[in-house]
Amino acid sequence: MTDVNTILSSNRLALARLLTQIENDTPAGRATLNALFPHTGRAHLIGVTGAPGTGKSSLVNQLARHYRKSDTPKRVAVIAVDPSSPFTGGAVLGDRIRMSDLRGDPGVFIRSMATRGSLGGLARATAGIVQAFDAAGYEIILIETVGAGQAEVDIARLAHTTLVVEAPGLGDDIQAIKAGILEIADVLVINKADRPGVENTERALRGMLQLAHPVQRIFRHHGRTERVSPDLTPPVVHNRDTPLWLPLVLRTVASDGQGIAELAQAIARHQEFLVKTGDLQRRERARLQNELELRIQETLVNRWRVSITNGYYEDALEKLVRRESSPEEVVLNLLAKEA
Amino acid sequence: MNERKIRVLVAKPGLDGHDRGAKVVARALRDAGMEVIYTGLRQTPEMIAEAALQEDVDAVGLSILSGAHNALLPRILELLRANGQENVKVFLGGIVPDEDILTLREMGVAGVYGPGTLTDDIIRDITTAVLGADAA
Repeated sequence: MTDVNTILSSNRLALARLLTQIENDTPAGRATLNALFPHTGRAHLIGVTGAPGTGKSSLVNQLARHYRKSDTPKRVAVIAVDPSSPFTGGAVLGDRIRMSDLRGDPGVFIRSMATRGSLGGLARATAGIVQAFDAAGYEIILIETVGAGQAEVDIARLAHTTLVVEAPGLGDDIQAIKAGILEIADVLVINKADRPGVENTERALRGMLQLAHPVQRIFRHHGRTERVSPDLTPPVVHNRDTPLWLPLVLRTVASDGQGIAELAQAIARHQEFLVKTGDLQRRERARLQNELELRIQETLVNRWRVSITNGYYEDALEKLVRRESSPEEVVLNLLAKEA
Repeated sequence: MNERKIRVLVAKPGLDGHDRGAKVVARALRDAGMEVIYTGLRQTPEMIAEAALQEDVDAVGLSILSGAHNALLPRILELLRANGQENVKVFLGGIVPDEDILTLREMGVAGVYGPGTLTDDIIRDITTAVLGADAA
């Protein structure tokens, strides 16, 4: 187990090694996380997700720079997730290429992570790494995820503020991801906004938001347009007692920094909204419950696997392959074999 | 507990822009089941050491085709040591004259690979260096 004080005092080598232990889910890593847990809960977690090639890494690079250059610089950690090969288990993690602006700044810590095997495993490892950064005093934690899919939704559950990044010319992708991804967005970022077609992308997204958030009818009722304010006033609708956050739509050009200040401002407003409305506690509770559920599942499955002899498992699989038993019957049979 | 993954930083220090070799090696290491952190072109020794630290890598693979290896390698090794990462294995690929190889090896470079090297040899050497060192 790592000495907790080395992490709390933000010793970079100790922190880097702890992150490896967390990823590998070692007993030492678990023990350190247990000891660090009381020191967590201070960081603002920002999830960044969106289709491949929309410029997530560049955007993260710019946001981190913005936080470092502000009058009250914040310490920033970046978790950059890239996919593992499902066949070899290997990975090329290339997000750092876009983040070379952050070099040489001791207030920034970038860690690349491969998705490795299971979704549950990734979510657990990410949650653990977030806790380690949080305890080490990083105030902003940017979590950049692979692309589109269930993993993003899981990781969005970790974040306080989720940015969904789009780019012009990916119209079909918008269609493809609208079911899951748009719903998790607190801020929709149209990156590469200097490209042709940006108006169409923006219109499509705003249209989608209207469908996804029927509360916009109340917007009209109050005599305001449904267009979410370009002046960045908090798009908060008071529906009786429950204030609702309507996702902002912003344009950025991450390659040259356009729109980054506005994006940071939007994130700050969302954070403020979360605090004011008590949503932060609710999200925090949901987040921890989610982690608890994952842990329970993982622990139970591991415990069961140890209890079952390999032969039973192979036999069960054989029965399944030969169509002698249904998956349901096999599972019930296997669980009954538990010692 | 998950299996241990070998993490390798692949970087191109200095100013030459020929990154095909580095990319081929990165891809080969990936296919051998390693996690490769690829940082791209024009890395300074400081950037390489910083990335190696943050990523807690087991090995660093450097590609140099400019002939600047005698200037870059000592600095990178020194920075790794200063960061407490003396255990990280450093490998070098590129155009390196035979007479420099011995000096580099004595300096602490774990392997030097020239044109025509089989990627299988690189994979074998990295695996042995990393997992062997761990068992010791």
